[in-house]
Amino acid sequence: MNDHPDSHHDHEHGSELSEAALRVRALETILTEKGYIDPAALDVIIETYETKIGPRNGARVVARAWRDADFKARLMADATAAIAELGYSGRQGEHMRVVENTPVLHNMVVCTLCSCYPWPVLGLPPVWYKSTPYRSRAVIDPRGVLKDFGVELPVTTRIRVWDSTAEMRYLVLPMRPSGTEGLGEEELAALVTRDSMIGTGLPLSEGRAR
Amino acid sequence: MREALLDMIGDLPRDASGPVFREPWEAEAFALTLALYDKGVFSWAEWTEALSQEIKAAGAGDYYDHWLHALEHLVVRKQVTTQDRLYEVRDAWERAAHATPHGEPIDPASNSAARRG
Repeated sequence: MNDHPDSHHDHEHGSELSEAALRVRALETILTEKGYIDPAALDVIIETYETKIGPRNGARVVARAWRDADFKARLMADATAAIAELGYSGRQGEHMRVVENTPVLHNMVVCTLCSCYPWPVLGLPPVWYKSTPYRSRAVIDPRGVLKDFGVELPVTTRIRVWDSTAEMRYLVLPMRPSGTEGLGEEELAALVTRDSMIGTGLPLSEGRAR
Repeated sequence: MREALLDMIGDLPRDASGPVFREPWEAEAFALTLALYDKGVFSWAEWTEALSQEIKAAGAGDYYDHWLHALEHLVVRKQVTTQDRLYEVRDAWERAAHATPHGEPIDPASNSAARRG
């Protein structure tokens, strides 16, 4: 255990849960112990509804960056501030960093089961994101994980895995699909999937937007 | 079925496609409530009563804060657990979180307080 003298960095080496999250965990622990709930059943309920918080905020950030070079420059320089311009910010003051995919570099984000997920822009973490196999394999064998997700990248594309920390959350800026030059921000945002912003997927191509 | 039940909760934050959550714990509290209802711990009428009482008593405030309070009160009233036990396990989670290096799963079961009872 690390005791940091500087209160500002209290949680740098430990994990942190908000007051409400602690109380919910307490309920969940007790109810599970007593057999009232099954954590797997909870996951099913959450999964059913998780799309409703949705990655739409993040998709708007990406679409804006694709269309607006000035915004993109601000986003790459200071993602927290640029994302706040669109009205999305966390309560705990975590910092956001945007990592950009290019033809030679693909970024992928991994984290732990605590709260290190950029939920103000991506909503609830998918169940697989919190799973041990994803967390360990993403680091050891990112190309294999991508393949499981149906993504095969050219061997010339390097894959970089970013490990979120309590204080730094990552958002992948995927490459803009070709043939989308004429699209507006809303139409572009519809192409941006949650997984493409975690790096385990690619944006939809035009015509495949729901 | 569930959608019909949820419609009975007037102010549930939602958009055209269903409930919306701002933070993961809100969805977890929401899911816990549905799971307990499925298990027959309380009826939906009891739940809406508990929630509306909470909202009435608190006046203004955050919807899911009210939700969480209502859920805590209801499980205590149904004698599923006690308020003391809720505090105790909450504290165990906090200690476990602080003691857990980032990147490791937080496990309060390694903490004696969470094992009791």
